[in-house]
Amino acid sequence: SQQVRGMATLKMISIRLKSVKNIQKITQSMKMVSAAKYTKAERELKSARPYGIGAQEFYKKAEVKDEEGEKGQLIIAVSSDRGLCGAVHSSIGRIVKTDIAASPNTKVVIVGDKVRNILQRLYAKNIAMVVTEVGRKPAVFGDAALVAQSIINSGIEFSKGKILFNAFRTVVSFRTTEMPLYSQNAVANASKLPVYDSLDSDVIQSYTEFSLASLLFYSMKENATSEQSSRMTAMDNASKNAGEMIDKLTMTFNRTRQAVITRELIEIISGAAALETKN
Amino acid sequence: MERMALTRSALRLFSGRFTQACQVRGYADAPSMSLTFAAPSQVLYNNISVKQIDVPSFSGSFGILPAHVPTLAVLKPGVVTVFENDGSTKKFFVSSGTVTINEDSTVQLLAEEAVPVDTLDISAAKELLAQSQSQLASASSEVAKAEAEISIEVSEALVKACE
Repeated sequence: SQQVRGMATLKMISIRLKSVKNIQKITQSMKMVSAAKYTKAERELKSARPYGIGAQEFYKKAEVKDEEGEKGQLIIAVSSDRGLCGAVHSSIGRIVKTDIAASPNTKVVIVGDKVRNILQRLYAKNIAMVVTEVGRKPAVFGDAALVAQSIINSGIEFSKGKILFNAFRTVVSFRTTEMPLYSQNAVANASKLPVYDSLDSDVIQSYTEFSLASLLFYSMKENATSEQSSRMTAMDNASKNAGEMIDKLTMTFNRTRQAVITRELIEIISGAAALETKN
Repeated sequence: MERMALTRSALRLFSGRFTQACQVRGYADAPSMSLTFAAPSQVLYNNISVKQIDVPSFSGSFGILPAHVPTLAVLKPGVVTVFENDGSTKKFFVSSGTVTINEDSTVQLLAEEAVPVDTLDISAAKELLAQSQSQLASASSEVAKAEAEISIEVSEALVKACE
């Protein structure tokens, strides 16, 4: 009954303290795991960057422009299945939402569960395809080829297209970027296409299909690196915050403990004093 | 005034000579081309200036020299030979991919997989060929047949590259 008095009992504070300490251990270990995954992802990204940049060169040099047409827009949103990584998924989701609001005839291919959760409530009609089991293991070209094949097989038609992903800048920053995607018709009508010799529709088709897989692969690699570095930062902040909470709680615990002891002493002494004066 | 007229006619003389000299020069003296040869997992050349590149494509194997006409091509399984500026030659086996030659003589060779030819093991390649042939024999659906045929094409090219 002595311990029931006061703002919080010793028991409650110690339970809270134990749980915050556990959380700090978990976030610290998540940070270590993310740091290791980030190092690997950044290394793979360095090898993949020339490939990804090379894959975009043709479209720049041939001055390919979006097709004139009303077939709508295709957005491929690249994210992953796992959270606790800062603003990585929400930034993509936000841009998709504004894009759909601006042009309702937009189809979205979502790579990763998290963005699907963001878009499902309001824009379920615009979701054309969802790819799951993304993010657990580093992406390989075969994964991107699989997604590209599914998109091609589904026969989605579009006049304007883009891939939305988070480009990696530094350990603490990433930028949500879009890479343009061009339909076969757009390539066939490019202003500088006649400069390119001996092209037939077969070559253009194979070229655009392969380059879709290549661009997707590159965006997945960039996004994975951004995600791991963002998770590392987020978990580091969480551990620091948990550390602050632990300090505050420990102070409160000690003060409460001392208050309890003082109260007991007061009661004993006043009881003894009362007996003395009685005598 | 006379000096200007003199210099003008002198310039005209010289420029005439220069244009004649330019026409005599061949492609070998043209600015060299910048090659980016990469696979998803590794970079082999990143904007490196080279003399010539031989590529195997579905529209025939061809060599790319500086000032080659711009074109796009799809790669066939086979050997890519890069002739570097210092005279050395490097051979790589590619499985598939695309090659882009732009107007400004930049070349992007994007291969799905590319390995140096001297890392290939001919016995493993022959084994793969035998495997794919038996796959074709036992293939049931159109898709399985096509996959087996692709596998045969790649393993035949691998064996050829090793020899």
